[in-house]
Amino acid sequence: MEIVNTYNLVKKYGETYALDGLNLSINKGELFGLIGADGAGKTTVFRILTSLILPDSGDAKILNLDIKEDYKEIRKNIGYMPGKFSLYLDLSVYENLKFFASVFGISIEENMDIIYPIYKHLEKFKDRKAGKLSGGMKQKLALSCALIHKPKILFLDEPTTGVDPVSRKEFWEMLKMLKSQGITIIVSTPYMDEANMCDRIALMRKGKLMSINSPKNIIKDFDEVLYEIKSDNMYQLLNDIREFKKTKRAYTFGVSHHLILEKDSKDEILEYLKTRNHKNIFINRVEPNIEDCYLQIESLYE
Amino acid sequence: MKIKYLLEKEFKQFFRNAFIPKMVIIYPLLVMLVIPLITNLDIKNLDICIVDKDNSSSSRKLIQKIDASNYFVLDKVVHKYSEALEEIENGNIDAILEIESDFEKHMTNGTNANIQISANAVDGLKGGLGSSYLASIINEFSGDSLASVSIQHKYNPLLDYKRFMIPALIVILLILLCGLLPALNIVNEKEVGTIEQLNVSPISKLQLILAKLIPYWIMGLVILSICIIIVWLVYSFVPAGSLFTIYLVSILFILIMSGFGILISNISSSMQQALFVVFFFMMIFMLISGLFTPFNSMPQWARIFSSCLPPRYFIEIMRDVYLKGSGIIDLYPKFLILTGFVILINFWAILTYRKQE
Repeated sequence: MEIVNTYNLVKKYGETYALDGLNLSINKGELFGLIGADGAGKTTVFRILTSLILPDSGDAKILNLDIKEDYKEIRKNIGYMPGKFSLYLDLSVYENLKFFASVFGISIEENMDIIYPIYKHLEKFKDRKAGKLSGGMKQKLALSCALIHKPKILFLDEPTTGVDPVSRKEFWEMLKMLKSQGITIIVSTPYMDEANMCDRIALMRKGKLMSINSPKNIIKDFDEVLYEIKSDNMYQLLNDIREFKKTKRAYTFGVSHHLILEKDSKDEILEYLKTRNHKNIFINRVEPNIEDCYLQIESLYE
Repeated sequence: MKIKYLLEKEFKQFFRNAFIPKMVIIYPLLVMLVIPLITNLDIKNLDICIVDKDNSSSSRKLIQKIDASNYFVLDKVVHKYSEALEEIENGNIDAILEIESDFEKHMTNGTNANIQISANAVDGLKGGLGSSYLASIINEFSGDSLASVSIQHKYNPLLDYKRFMIPALIVILLILLCGLLPALNIVNEKEVGTIEQLNVSPISKLQLILAKLIPYWIMGLVILSICIIIVWLVYSFVPAGSLFTIYLVSILFILIMSGFGILISNISSSMQQALFVVFFFMMIFMLISGLFTPFNSMPQWARIFSSCLPPRYFIEIMRDVYLKGSGIIDLYPKFLILTGFVILINFWAILTYRKQE
């Protein structure tokens, strides 16, 4: 069952299109990821869906409610955690939570069961000012505040940006736990590795949807041969493989470079690289991941 | 009622702030204790140099009389004008009085004696007032004023500038604390980003605005009371009219200013913007609303402009109540105008407040 639908959403800021005809549909109970580089329009989608801004044209429905007409009803049923940490720094952990609960007309106790798995990490700091928490703790508090009114849909705008890898991992565990309670979660992230945690992802670029599918299917659709390549001089190597006539795409990926060639030109490039004085060349076929897929799909749009 | 929790949060944040609660008490104290003593348009202690060319008993009597007044400090008596001119050029004195050599002769004959006053008018007010004081002393001395003029200053018999200033200072305090602070409070939530959390919640914008303003309304009334008490204790200056009228008009004015604060926060997205807009209006309010300069001596266009500014009416009512003892019935047209402003500005503020862009 679809819980969020957008139809040709357009939002312009000056001459720039933040959203350029976006069509999305998100199913109930999904952990849905919006993946895209900075400026792809992820935050704009969130701000429209959470009724903070209106689109220039197009429509969207959330829980079968129109974002323009029924935004008051929508606001009761969604939780939103903006990208920028935004809690009251001069209020304590408990006071923040109590305040956001009271804004929705409920008490903390009523919905403690939902937030407890997250809040338990914070409980011993409950009288500490939010401004004095560590980054990971702040993020947990923000998540608790966004959840305290038991929303049906949770919007998380780049929740893991600027958070350490351990906390990031913990955070995704929490999201899975929330999903198991039946909450639909829509999360945006610029980190491609996090995409694998989602049920389905939408790859966005310049306000448009490039692809929407499960991470597995997106990887399955990768129809090229991907190599990883290394040599003693990695910087020169990247320049050289980019100059090679039969290279389709080449980019740095961790400690190696990823390389996509025209058909059957692996031996040719090895010869070519030897003429360029590369030593200890190592080339190996690898399985693509989401980032490779993103770049492949993106190259089709250029 | 959700507003109860919103208010609870606002008060908690207010009192937890390390700076603002102290400021709210110290600022009015400082303004009311210090400013009335320094902002003073009375001219006192003008340094004067007298060129006595006559050197007669009459001229010496005149010099004594000038020296005896509060307004002048006799710096020097010289015999040549050039010496005095040098003093004024060096900035040692403010005015020169030149007594011609035939002064006593004319005095005894009852003919016109020549006396010249030259004043340093770099500070125009000081120069102008100084020379007219001097002229009046001389006139009195020569006794040539045919009719003795007696002036009675109504409502402020001693022409005490403090009495003119104090109601105006209360107005400035209320503009700053009830207009600027709520504007900054809301813009701060915008900057930090917490306003988005409130905007996606089901709270109505009226509740949100009320929760932001009520603390400042209370603060405004507390400050007003502090001011009235200080003015009474320190300057023994109590309103000639009723306190009720003062509180009533202040409530109206506080409502206008807080609505004005919301309007500013609606158009500003940063503290810098908000501050700049507030100070822009502060300047206009202070200089064109009759705070320091009398409304009636403004040019016609400025008077029309001034009539569109709510502080003008508030200042007039405050002065009328404090000095003349006017009541609501005397002042009702101005009360009506202020009430109009309350409705206009607050409606405008609520309409332009957007939970959604």
